[in-house]
Parts: sequence; C-alpha cells; structure tokens
Amino acid sequence: MRLVNRSPAKGWARVLALLPFVAVLVLYLIASAVRLSENPADKLLPSLATIGDAIVRMAFTVDVRTGTIPLWNDTAASLGRLFAGLGIATLIGAVLGIAIGVLPYLRALLGQFVAVVSMVPPLAILPILFITMGLGEASKIALIAIGIAPLLVRDIALRVMDMPHQQFIKAQTLGASSWTLVLRVVLPQILPRLIDSVRLQIGPAWLFLISAEAIASESGLGYRIFLVRRYLAMDVILPYVAWITFLAFLMEIALVLLQRRAFPWFAAARTAQ
Amino acid sequence: MSLISVRHLWKEYDDRVVLEDINLEIEERAFVALVGPSGCGKTTFLKMLLSEEVPTRGVIELDGKPIPAEPGPERGVVYQRYSVFPHLTVLGNIVLAKDLGARNIGGRLLGRVFGAELHAAKAKARELLDAVGLSHAADKYPSQLSGGMQQRLALAQALMAEPRVLLLDEPFGALDPGIRADIHVLMRKLWHERALTAVMVTHDLPEAFGLATRVIAFERRRDEPSDGGRYGARIAKDIGIWPPRIAGAPAAHP
Repeated sequence: MRLVNRSPAKGWARVLALLPFVAVLVLYLIASAVRLSENPADKLLPSLATIGDAIVRMAFTVDVRTGTIPLWNDTAASLGRLFAGLGIATLIGAVLGIAIGVLPYLRALLGQFVAVVSMVPPLAILPILFITMGLGEASKIALIAIGIAPLLVRDIALRVMDMPHQQFIKAQTLGASSWTLVLRVVLPQILPRLIDSVRLQIGPAWLFLISAEAIASESGLGYRIFLVRRYLAMDVILPYVAWITFLAFLMEIALVLLQRRAFPWFAAARTAQ
Repeated sequence: MSLISVRHLWKEYDDRVVLEDINLEIEERAFVALVGPSGCGKTTFLKMLLSEEVPTRGVIELDGKPIPAEPGPERGVVYQRYSVFPHLTVLGNIVLAKDLGARNIGGRLLGRVFGAELHAAKAKARELLDAVGLSHAADKYPSQLSGGMQQRLALAQALMAEPRVLLLDEPFGALDPGIRADIHVLMRKLWHERALTAVMVTHDLPEAFGLATRVIAFERRRDEPSDGGRYGARIAKDIGIWPPRIAGAPAAHP
C-alpha cells in the first residue's frame, strides 16, 4: 500500500505519540550521565536525583525567608496576571471584534487602525508601560492584554464577516434590530470561535508574562527562572519550564472541554460549512 | 389593490443592465414562480423585493406603500442554504421569530420573550413543527437534520413571523428529487391552509408549474456578446396556471 493510505491502529498510534517524549527524556539522561561522569559538579545537565531534590525544595518546602512555598507562590502570582491579561484581552476582542465585524461604519473607522496597532511589537512598548504604570501588577497585565487583544479583535472581526450574509438578512426578516441581531445571532455563534482564538493566544500570553516578570518582578514563574539563572540552577529551571508547559497544556484542554460542553452544536456546524 | 406592485423597475451595475423596465402586479394569496436562464436577474429581482438590493430606478410597493429600505418582518425569506441558525435547536429556531419580533422591553433589550408570551410562542412553534412534520426533532440542532428537514424548518421559521409575503430563493434546488417531491406536497399544503403569498425563484420548470398560480419568465430581448450588457432582462412570459389554482381549494390540482 502507498504510505498515504497506511494509518496506525489505535493502540499503536498512542505508542507513537508517546515515542518523541520518551526519546527526549532518554537523550537527556544519556547526555546528563556522560557530562556528570566527566565532572560530577556539572550544573548544565543535572541528574534526575538532583532535579528531584530541587522539586522537593521548591514545591514542598516552606521558604524560611518568605514563609511561603516558592513554586505555589510563583504559580499563584503568574496565573493571576495571566488570567487578568487574557480576560481583559478576550473581552476587548469579543466586544470590539464583533462591533467591527457587524458595523460598517466602525469597520471604516477602526479596521485599518487595529491592523496597524496589531503590528506594534508588544515587547517594544514594555518600557513605556513600566514608565507610565509603574513596575507593579498593572504593567504586566497590560502587556499581556495589549499583546493579544489586537489579534483577537482582528480575528473575531474576520470571523464575523465570514458568517453567511443570508443569516443577517434572515434575522432582520424575523424582526431583529442591530442589537438583538448581535445578541441572538452573532454572539452565540462567535463565542465558540473566540475560544479557538484564545487557545491559539495562550502561548503568546505566557511569552509576554514571562518577559515582564523577568525584567521587573518580585514573584512569578518567570521571575524565579531568571533569578536562579545567576546560579546556573538548571535543576530548578528545568522543572519550572516543564511546569509552565504543563499549565499551558491544561489551559488548552480546559478550553477545548468548555467549547465542547457549552456549544454542543459547534463541532457539527463547523464541518457542515 | 394588489399586494405587491412593481413599476418601471430597472437594475444596473455600472454599465451593465440586469433588469429593464419590469412591471408586475402580484395579488394577495398568489404564488408566483420566477423562472429564466441563469444570470437573467431573477435572484436580483428577489433581492430587491427583500430590500437586500436597491433598484436603480422604479418603485416597489407593498400594500400600496413603498417597501421599507431594509429587510423586515413583513417579508419572510427562505434561501437554498444558511436559512436556519446552527446554534439554536429546531424549536429554538422557530421561537426565535417571536423572540426577535417582540417589541416590549425584554424583546428590545434581550431579544427574548418570557413567561406567558414564551409559552404561547412555544405552543405556536410546536403547531408549526407539526405542520411541517418536524415535531419529533424539536430538540435537535440543524446540523443533525437532513437537507430536506432543514428546509422544512426554514419554512416553519419564516411562517412563524407571519410575513405579508414569503420570498423563496431556489429553496428546494439542493434537494434530491424524492425529497423535493415530498417538500412540494408540504409547500402546496401550507399555501392552501395559511394566508400565504409567495414569490419563488426557481430554475426547475416542473416545480414552477407544479406549485405556482402564475409563472413569470425573465429573459433578455437580445443577449449577444457584442451588446456589452446594454439589454437587461424583461418579463418575457406571464403565464397563469390553467385551470386556476385557488388557495384553500386543493381539488383543482393534484
């Protein structure tokens, strides 16, 4: 059979999916063992035991100086900022995106402006945020919101304009005003697509968060990584990176589940179009 | 007085004439089928009846008054596709007509009816679902329905708003022949039983003659490439069905 016609059985597919993860782990262990055999004090590729010690220290031991457990403290601080920034951006994306999508006047007024604004590299204006909003929480949340909102606005506006024109006419023949058209026809159909857009922005949101925390912060996952970098503490950095990745992965899964539960009609409607 | 009155209607795009000098009177309870070769402007004409397109010249009157400048509940529409809303159940799609049509505070602010009104809307919706043979599917989503069932739903949804005229844009064109025959039976039944005036665009002549009281054919007088779009389509034939199909008297025709 041709390669394009051959697909793995279900169990085999699962094994294949795990394979790259196992391969990376094995490669790491080999490289780590080689380096440590040459120099037992090597810090670049610590052994699993060293990493385990670091995890116990960071995630299960109260820090005597601050009275908190570092990993949980950092996680709470980071997630607070991330959710605040993502929440604000999502709200702006939904409201402005739908408005630009349905109102030709607003599209004429803001369409190009939003397109240009979304080209501004968010990290380039981080200094401006620090100067105007201080080094506290506000500037970090603002960076995430500013980094993501313009893309969400454009994406949602495009998705609204992609809706079949017949639906807009149809709703009007049933008596809809501009407002009820948005409320009953556009918004409910855009929400599941908004979830898709937000899913794609989780990665950039973490990028902006960690950048802001690395530069000026006293807590947070990004702060910790850049703090221990000075001591070449790979045994802390690696589990932190894994933890951040895991959190991002959980958010992705949560959004997929939310979409499936809250909008049971969406999967079939998407393939039907 | 006729329900719809079209006088000296022209439609031009840039220098291309699509329709020229259309004059048409449509009586209440008529079922008019518009036929013609593709590109002859029959769908454009329907869009102008719906206020989705603006005539270049001429007037369209409904009940003796110029039609409103934008689509509204006095004119219902069923398209070939995208007529029903994928995010609402079958029942929700029909109740939506009352939701969006409500002119009280709840209707204007939330686009919903509540309490006794909602109860009445649901009862009426179920009656309509029964009439189109969808009562067993009330809680399904449109994507779970076949194409024929979706168009039945679209008809019920449009009728719920009680429009003065129902505009049909090739509503059954995408259906398989067997399904289409079934829905023709339904369409005839609805037209006989309800106070319905319909204008239907179709390219299926048996469908036009099988449903309508009157078949109108659009055609260009001249359609040579050298004309450069200077001649638009006119009404070439205006055929009353014989023996006349009379609303509410199904016996004359099968």
